[in-house]
Amino acid sequence: MILLEHAPALAIAVPLLAALATPLVSKAGKRIRNLWVILSLAFAEFVVIMLGRDVLAGNVHVYSVGASVPSLTSTGGFPIRIILVADAMSALVSLAAMSIALLAAIYSWRFMEEHHSLGLDKFYTLLLLLAAGMMGLSLTGDFFTLFVFIEVVSISSAGLIAFFSSGESFEAAFKYMVISATGSLLLLFGIGLLYGKYGMLNMAAIANEVSMQHSFLDIAALSLMVSALLLKSGSVPVHMWKPDAYQEAPAQVVIMMLTITLLSLYVMFRICFSVFSLVLPVTMGWLIVILGAMSVFVGVTMAMPQRNLKRLIGYAAVAEIGYVMLGAGTGLIAMPNVSGFAMQALSGGIFHMINDVLDLSLMLLAAGTVFYITRQQDINEVGGLAHKSGYLAVLFMISMLAIAGMPPMGGFASKLMIYESVYYFNPLLSIIGILGSIMLLAIFVKIFASVFLGVPYKGSVRQVPKSMMFAMCVLAFFILFFGIFPNLALDLLITPAAEALINPQAYIGGVV
Amino acid sequence: MISTPFMAVVVLVLFGLSAMVFKRNLIKIVMAVHVMGSGVNLFLISLGYRAGSTAPIFTNAPKLEMALPVPQALTLTSIVINIAVVALMLTFAALIYEHYGTLDARKRRLLE
Repeated sequence: MILLEHAPALAIAVPLLAALATPLVSKAGKRIRNLWVILSLAFAEFVVIMLGRDVLAGNVHVYSVGASVPSLTSTGGFPIRIILVADAMSALVSLAAMSIALLAAIYSWRFMEEHHSLGLDKFYTLLLLLAAGMMGLSLTGDFFTLFVFIEVVSISSAGLIAFFSSGESFEAAFKYMVISATGSLLLLFGIGLLYGKYGMLNMAAIANEVSMQHSFLDIAALSLMVSALLLKSGSVPVHMWKPDAYQEAPAQVVIMMLTITLLSLYVMFRICFSVFSLVLPVTMGWLIVILGAMSVFVGVTMAMPQRNLKRLIGYAAVAEIGYVMLGAGTGLIAMPNVSGFAMQALSGGIFHMINDVLDLSLMLLAAGTVFYITRQQDINEVGGLAHKSGYLAVLFMISMLAIAGMPPMGGFASKLMIYESVYYFNPLLSIIGILGSIMLLAIFVKIFASVFLGVPYKGSVRQVPKSMMFAMCVLAFFILFFGIFPNLALDLLITPAAEALINPQAYIGGVV
Repeated sequence: MISTPFMAVVVLVLFGLSAMVFKRNLIKIVMAVHVMGSGVNLFLISLGYRAGSTAPIFTNAPKLEMALPVPQALTLTSIVINIAVVALMLTFAALIYEHYGTLDARKRRLLE
């Protein structure tokens, strides 16, 4: 089937071309523009789902751009073209990213309506461009394309952060841009080191060479790239851009930024596990674990005194990344091929990566809705919203329990896997994780009480529009589904992804 | 023995990084990003250089020692991306100046 054969290229090309056509289409009217954006994202989602089904059947899907036979990568044993690779891990990540992008577009329909004076066609163009960049990031098989797509993502997301055009949003966007430009340049420097040594840019081909001859240069390139991606994902030493950006950007942009975090972590895992798996120093795993524990601690303690709901969620997001890094870092140190608990830690980390995006997205959309219906950012100003909009309160409660890792939500299943396996590895880290969760629950109970319970809010409260409700209900459905049937999700999606990560041979063999 | 271009790369990148951390003027921070970007570009272009080589064009080539074409393509892409990034950051700096009348990062809460 021709659609399936070209699926990796289509997943990138459809949002990209749709983005470029959006300013033209929006001449035809608002409804047509919104439908155009949602339909093109839905088509890309369909392509990604099809790709995922094909990949989960057990084969690595390779696509060399511009070749007459796309599945033929190397003529003469040396991959030269730009090669897109989809294995179970990248299919999972691109599926999550595309679904979130689609939900963000649906949520925007009514949420952005009142800001039409700011030029919504530009907003949608950047949104689609961001979706295209994210697809590229998850499907690319060579390092330089990775750099290009990271820049696409950071430029378009900086534009989106500044979209509300207040002074603070420009500051947040400037800060984000400085951090991410530094990160991309460090990444490019690392890529240059690898090119200087191996004369190649293809990840799989480099992975093939690394296992045979490795030296100090590889370690230097690895450290540069990992630090660049930690900058992008906003783990602890460089988390300061995150709360600002989360506070200032529109809610549906923030859920796209959560996906950028997810993708940065994915690229980091791809580099650590698939490219450098055999030569990875144990220190790197320890670094990731310790930074993860610190992220949990700092995120939770900084979240406590916040009064702005979205800023608070920004700090909670820092803490949530910490859990992913705890799980995956344990997996890096303790050889998942041989020990069961390391495998559990790694799949817990990957599962939590997905759950983290779902939970925090739901909470951010609920926070955006609270802002939409009351026009208040400060959580001490509003109260008693549960009387006005009961469904919103229920959705917020679902997301709150999920972030704090309470059953029966998705966050519980993945956090339990991380606690158990990290406890085998080092009890102290597991205790930090559990304490962080308890404090998160305490913080969110306080927020819930002050926003939804108590004295009813005096000001005018609007109705929650259907499109926004729909986006939130889809997220809540998946959170509950992953919480009630974690085994289904694990068997279908997570375990194949973890196995694709720990067996780089399949990935390398698919390309070289 | 480290050759001169690579020493220049190290100097430029470290200079850019330190300026980014210690300077407080937004325009200077943008300049720091650009200096660092130039350092990385210089690194890429000097990776592809071979002593005494010609341009990598095969038609009527006087000899077969050629500079590597791939790093040149990479550098070109990276220069373009860098310009886009710097232009966007300068736009933000200009808009921040318009809103607050200052470019000093210490005077603003978010930008410390």
